[in-house]
Amino acid sequence: MTFRPAHELHKRRFSRNLGLGLVLGAFVVLVFALTVVKVTRGDPMKAFDHKLDPQAEPVKVQP
Amino acid sequence: MSDLGAYQGVTDTPYEPGFGDYVQLLKPRVMSLVVFTALVGLLVAPVSLHPVEGFAAILFIALGAGASGSLNMWWDADIDAVMKRTQGRPVPSGRVQAGEALAVGLGLSGISVVMLGLATNLLAAGLLAFTIFFYAVVYSMWLKRSTPQNIVIGGAAGAFPPMIGWVAATGSVSVEAFLMFALIFMWTPPHFWALALFMKEDYHAAGVPMLTVTHGRKVTRTHILVYTLLLVPVAIGAALTSIGGPLTLAVAVALNAGFVYGAWRIWLRDEAVAGADKYATEKQVFSFSLLYLFLHFAAFLAEAALKPYGLGGW
Repeated sequence: MTFRPAHELHKRRFSRNLGLGLVLGAFVVLVFALTVVKVTRGDPMKAFDHKLDPQAEPVKVQP
Repeated sequence: MSDLGAYQGVTDTPYEPGFGDYVQLLKPRVMSLVVFTALVGLLVAPVSLHPVEGFAAILFIALGAGASGSLNMWWDADIDAVMKRTQGRPVPSGRVQAGEALAVGLGLSGISVVMLGLATNLLAAGLLAFTIFFYAVVYSMWLKRSTPQNIVIGGAAGAFPPMIGWVAATGSVSVEAFLMFALIFMWTPPHFWALALFMKEDYHAAGVPMLTVTHGRKVTRTHILVYTLLLVPVAIGAALTSIGGPLTLAVAVALNAGFVYGAWRIWLRDEAVAGADKYATEKQVFSFSLLYLFLHFAAFLAEAALKPYGLGGW
């Protein structure tokens, strides 16, 4: 079985679909990157490791 | 019959627009100017953004400019089809339907404004929305076909990007942002009228009241000189603010002297002289005007880049 070469019309349709796919993929990556920057304000994220962290303790104000 | 076999023997298939045809709707050459000036506005601002936020800001400002270009192509499809320079655009050439240009324009307008607001601040998003509205509605739908001053007022749309870049970083408008806006605003008329003098397009047949058609070429030459003279204090003033410095001032003085000299030479000529040398002076001044704007903004950028080394700025 042999495949006929793609028609010019199909080539243009493929270029459109590929272009749109790449744009949407890039948009998702950008929104994710923006979310990370906004949430962390550029600082590295820190996960809870089930250990006491003195820095995370609220400051005790003397009466 | 399968889709792959459907075209067998068919020679006259309808045109299927490719991705590039939709990109052409966004006026990529105009977008490159928008990207450059917005980037300078963002980088010379005293507040620095995170690189990802900065990249997003420039991207969505450029996308907003592209959206307004697409809306312009939708609205102006009838006159674009008449003028030679614009006949090859996607809508008048039949590669993209006018309705598609409208949909692309409206869709990208919404995405760019919302995303710029989320990435930076609401004032920047509001300014971008106003720019799109100004270019698509105020310039394209209203002024372009009703007044020979269309270029003067419509130039504001192209002047907003550096201000939006500045506002994206700082969250407010300042005198520096205003002067960057004013520099492009005052530069646009002499730049475009120099082009109009040697690009003899059929504006009359297209129903566009260009100054060269309504008031004649001698008046246009005078207008070029007057606007070039009005541009001088704006350019020198911008060089004296916090985004300028000795380098910017030297560049501004040299560029404005060159531009005024060019405008003066255009003013001295008449159509017989210009026609004899195929509008050589007008073409030179037009090319110089492109260099003028690029070097002004490059000087602002150089000034900001030199500041950390104690060299740039006042």
